[in-house]
Amino acid sequence: MSRIAGVFAGLRKEGRGALIPFVEAFDPDRATSLALLQGMAANGADIIEIGMPFTDPMADGPTIQAAGLRGLKAGATLRGVLGLVREFRATDSHTPLVLMGYLNPILSYGVPQFCVDAAQAGVDGLIIVDLPPEEADLILDDAKANALDIIRLIAPTTSDARLKQVLEGSSGFVYYVSITGITGTRTASAADLARDIPRLRAATDLPIAVGFGVRTPEQAATVVAHADAAIVASALIDTLCKESKEAVLRDVRALADGVRGVRKQAA
Amino acid sequence: MNDHTPNSLRAWPDARGRFGEFGGRYVAETLMPLILELESAYRASKSDPEFQKELDYYLTHYVGRPSPLWHAQRLSAHLGGAKIYFKREELNHTGAHKINNCVGQILLARRMGKTRIIAETGAGQHGVATATVCALFGLPCTVYMGATDVERQQPNVFRMKLLGAEVVPVKSGAGTLKDAMNDALRDWVANVHDTFYIIGTAAGPHPYPELVRDFQTIIGTEAREQLMQAEGRLPDIAIASVGGGSNAIGLFHTFLDEPNVRLIGVEAAGKGMHSHEHAASLNMGRPGVLHGNRTYLLQDDDGQIQEAHSISAGLDYPGIGPEHSWLHDIKRVEYVGITDSEALEAFQLCARTEGIIPALECAHALAHISKIAPEMGKEQIILLNLSGRGDKDIFTVAKHLGTSL
Ligand SMILES: Cc1ncc(COP(=O)(O)O)c(C=O)c1O
Repeated sequence: MSRIAGVFAGLRKEGRGALIPFVEAFDPDRATSLALLQGMAANGADIIEIGMPFTDPMADGPTIQAAGLRGLKAGATLRGVLGLVREFRATDSHTPLVLMGYLNPILSYGVPQFCVDAAQAGVDGLIIVDLPPEEADLILDDAKANALDIIRLIAPTTSDARLKQVLEGSSGFVYYVSITGITGTRTASAADLARDIPRLRAATDLPIAVGFGVRTPEQAATVVAHADAAIVASALIDTLCKESKEAVLRDVRALADGVRGVRKQAA
Repeated sequence: MNDHTPNSLRAWPDARGRFGEFGGRYVAETLMPLILELESAYRASKSDPEFQKELDYYLTHYVGRPSPLWHAQRLSAHLGGAKIYFKREELNHTGAHKINNCVGQILLARRMGKTRIIAETGAGQHGVATATVCALFGLPCTVYMGATDVERQQPNVFRMKLLGAEVVPVKSGAGTLKDAMNDALRDWVANVHDTFYIIGTAAGPHPYPELVRDFQTIIGTEAREQLMQAEGRLPDIAIASVGGGSNAIGLFHTFLDEPNVRLIGVEAAGKGMHSHEHAASLNMGRPGVLHGNRTYLLQDDDGQIQEAHSISAGLDYPGIGPEHSWLHDIKRVEYVGITDSEALEAFQLCARTEGIIPALECAHALAHISKIAPEMGKEQIILLNLSGRGDKDIFTVAKHLGTSL
């Protein structure tokens, strides 16, 4: 079983949802990112999503865009991000890591080599924002050969017919973008989730993570009452910017407690 | 779907929106349903005579088509070689070819029931053209424009505002066209239900490169007919400047299957091809994915997109439409570079010999013919797309010539 599947299987037994916090690699420097990864794992993160900085993140809001540019300024490269993962893996072999980013740096690296190197470094899954199923044939075989999950975004605008197509070739979990918009701008309500999540459940057995606009422990709790995981990104980046990495870890702890306060009905 | 016959260069893209290996639909899932909806709406309108009729009406009575074909006698004589013809797109309403595409897209938006229009702009020509058609049809319009471009294209910013558009300065990156496009895409994702995105050049995710090209091919189709009337034959060379590539593909497309017509696209070489300050994505870039399509891009070793540079805001883009990438790879079109200072020279030459102040964009094509026309025979014909007028550029040019206005 993959690390990601293992985590979700364990949580199902525990009867709770997962917390997936986000770290933009090298924001504002490599040492901070490494400390955040380690600290998040120690403070209740079940899976960690790592942003691969890109100059033109067209699906992200201003917060993640700015974080990416700071990362690039600090010298982030794709190779550097994999190095960061490798160093984290040296002391943590159980927390799944998912890389999120855009296609061009991966193309530039070379898709087959990237999949080999990412798997070797200890990456578990990839979210490539600008790679819809229509174009995904360029990575599916290499990802599979290296046991990397391809995690896809699903939007409220994704029709039922399209949902099938998006789910085909998806693995690990699905990432439900709970609002139409860019990262970190609005929040989906409990009513939105109660309406949307059953539609996905009917179409897939994969765990469902909800992201875009989840900021507080209360919101994270609402999310995992309906779905299997809450992804929190922009709120943590804001905290890092305005306060410190210690404050980020404090927030992660609170989010993790929020998620743990919700018991799920046995699925 | 697509009457795709591989033995014609005019039959692309294929069903996946690709020109060879270029193009495609590399967008987030949040955008994908929209792109597909747009494609089916476009297919329906393309085969609907009513749509064509409506388009023709506005092109004739509002834009002022057909635009004239002008024999540039004094410039030809000055250069002392080939016979030079200008396709006078600068005489269109709003002063550039951009309006051809905007009329087409807003008619499509209306058919799709969209009630709000967004656009990106570099030089402001596309922004002005979009604001114009929005005023014409009474639709609210938001134009994203890099903060740097807002500074250097003040007259067009003011024009857009006069036309009732909201102009949003984009501060991210270098504050130029690439950044404006990022923000326009973000707006679109957030407002999918009522908003139509009028892309200004033959780039972006499929079906935009095809759709924008189709709305611009009228340039070449008209010019071809006009030249047949004037000279009874096709040109030896057809030439245009390339930013994203819409005016060039609009001119070239009708000639793609004519092996005797040499096609030349002129990229902005800025401060020089090897200066790292240019916008020559075909000559100096390599293939990658940006803004929804696979195409030649200016990028570093890590696949990060680099800033482009050109004296002309309309050419200041690190990518290029995917059809040009393909035409470059199969060597059907030659792509050359012209520097800022060469373009400035040609700008002045055209003004003095023909009484036409050209846009800095097409001044790049003018500069290249200044190099090649003298080497050609007097019976040979160059067809140049004079894509826009230069009124918007007089402040920039004055500054470079050391004059303060
Ligand atoms: C007059 C003129 N010509 C050319 C261009 C370049 O765009 P494209 O390559 O799409 O024709 C622009 C862009 O703003 C323009 O305003």
